[in-house]
Amino acid sequence: MPQPQPVPSVAPDSVLSVRDLSIIYRTRRGPVQAVRDVSFELRRGETLAIIGESGSGKTTMAVSLIRLSPRTAKITSGQILYRGEDATIDVTRLDGEDLREFRWSECAMVFQAALNSFNPVINIWEQFLDTARAHGMNKTTEVRARSGDLLRMVNLDPDRVLRAYPHELSGGMRQRVLIAMSLLLEPAIVILDEPTTALDILTQRSIIDLLRKLRAQLGFSMIFISHDLSLAAELADRVITMYAGTVVERAAVKDMFYRPRHPYSVGLLRAVPRVTGALGSLSSITGSPPDLIKLPEGCTYHPRCPYVIDACKEREPDLLAVDTPEHDARCIRWKHVAEIIGTGEAAVAEKLAVRT
Amino acid sequence: MNVTRAFKTPGGVIKAVDGVSLALGQSEAICLVGESGCGKTTTGRMLAGLLRPTSGQLLFESKDVWTTKGKELARFRRSVQLVHQDPYASLNPIRTVYQTLSAPLFRHKKVSDRRGAIGAVTELLQRVGLTPPADFLIKYPHQLSGGQRQRVSIARALSVDPRVIVADEAVSMVDVSIRISLLNLLLALRDEFRVTIVLITHDLAVARYFARRGRIGVMYLGRVVELGTSELVVGDPAHPYSAALVAAIPEADPTLTRSKERVELRSAEVPSLLRLPSGCTFHPRCPLFEEGLCDVRVPELLGIPDGREVACHVAVRERAPAAELIGVR
Repeated sequence: MPQPQPVPSVAPDSVLSVRDLSIIYRTRRGPVQAVRDVSFELRRGETLAIIGESGSGKTTMAVSLIRLSPRTAKITSGQILYRGEDATIDVTRLDGEDLREFRWSECAMVFQAALNSFNPVINIWEQFLDTARAHGMNKTTEVRARSGDLLRMVNLDPDRVLRAYPHELSGGMRQRVLIAMSLLLEPAIVILDEPTTALDILTQRSIIDLLRKLRAQLGFSMIFISHDLSLAAELADRVITMYAGTVVERAAVKDMFYRPRHPYSVGLLRAVPRVTGALGSLSSITGSPPDLIKLPEGCTYHPRCPYVIDACKEREPDLLAVDTPEHDARCIRWKHVAEIIGTGEAAVAEKLAVRT
Repeated sequence: MNVTRAFKTPGGVIKAVDGVSLALGQSEAICLVGESGCGKTTTGRMLAGLLRPTSGQLLFESKDVWTTKGKELARFRRSVQLVHQDPYASLNPIRTVYQTLSAPLFRHKKVSDRRGAIGAVTELLQRVGLTPPADFLIKYPHQLSGGQRQRVSIARALSVDPRVIVADEAVSMVDVSIRISLLNLLLALRDEFRVTIVLITHDLAVARYFARRGRIGVMYLGRVVELGTSELVVGDPAHPYSAALVAAIPEADPTLTRSKERVELRSAEVPSLLRLPSGCTFHPRCPLFEEGLCDVRVPELLGIPDGREVACHVAVRERAPAAELIGVR
């Protein structure tokens, strides 16, 4: 039996500290390196957005934060340190009752508002009750009062909704119910996976406004994963870009959107049309994401990168400090990118339109 | 066309599309946008001749498609092609790209032997950017990415020299990073083959990009509520519903998106298609609602001075777009 190692300390303003996290999926073709050496801090009350294409590892990483990964996934290294009220714990070492305790009461997850996030044969009240009981809240009257409060907070009528079955609710209502349910045990962290995908525009808007209101009211920290950059622009304080399983850029929201320094972040931002303002110079990223079983040598983005030089093919760069202390990018060409993008506060596609 | 389509359900009859009139020009890029349940897909399926209108007509070269037969009907079928949303479901998984693309060529007697077919398929693949074509001929759908599959679907639609391609949410399921290239491909094909492309999408930003030199039709509960150039519909919406959509949409620009003016709707609830509100179906939610008018009379789609059409009593009377009347301009 290995000796239990002491849990390292976490900066006081952080609520979660992910360090060098790596996750593989075992497959017949060999290990899929879904997450590689991911590190980041989540501060108390902060909203962090994780963006990237499908296959970038963002969902695998997020699900692992509450250890809900499928059995074929294995954390091969790293720590997920949660700074609770009394002590700091390493989530990767939790099991049994401690893990249950951590999930939901410390860290809750809201999945896409699909029907399969619910048990289809029990009504919403019973879903609330189930969740509460599973986490030791046994007084029915207490659960009733709390779920009523939460549903009102998400602008739903408890008398109507609690009696309803999941299929009787619209997509937007289901998403609200899931958000309310995630807050049942007052978690310090809420993780949201594509919270507005598949919802209509007006419903998306109401969910975004709701999340903003709840965050101000309750003060929890939020991590959300989305391929929708506009959601990050709306809600995030900081943004992390993931590519091929690893973090390629971390920055404050305005730095990410107006002054990205990694060519992949630039590529993503340039691929999204807007409704208001100038369209700018839009284009897609060429090529496809790499095979995570057989990653390219050197920088994993080099086969698709318009700024590639020979040195990019030699070794994968570290996260290099750029511009401000809060901003880093895994790119040896970041200065070149900075010259092209500049420092002004305008969308990337607009800036590139001026240049060409 | 001028069509209505109702569906019978256990709960009653649903009018999914109610009196939609649309005339498509040659080599036009037009988008139908709207939220789920607005009837945009049903309209697309009627355009493609896959659904028979309950009332109204679908005219192709001035002939009612649903009364034509034989050769003429076959010609319509060839002339209007559909590209589906889900490239994972719309390609036969046990057929190679060559098999998928050569089948319509043989069927419509565009080629007669294998050699001719390989040549034609190679050319199609090149046209949709799947190069080198030889690498793709023998691939099965599962060996392709979502974007590549959608290119195969587009190639299949192109294989029979269509006049109109109806693309229903054709870019919604592919990654954000490659949507623009698919839209560009469709636009390039429109220019090259003078084909009209109807893109159906829920994404207003995609619609704006795609139809930047074309038209956008905004649909709400089975009706077209605004139809006009992309620049006007998105830049200065005339219908209060379009104005609400433009104001609500989050944008990938933090300063802009956090300071956008909102349109406050009177209700967040979308009425059921089984119990549509009287008069203008948007009236229970509309910020410009006028009692005795909007809840009584159904607004027609009428032209306003700037050249577009809008189905709103107030905007037409005031001769001003709703965006201006609400104050979100």
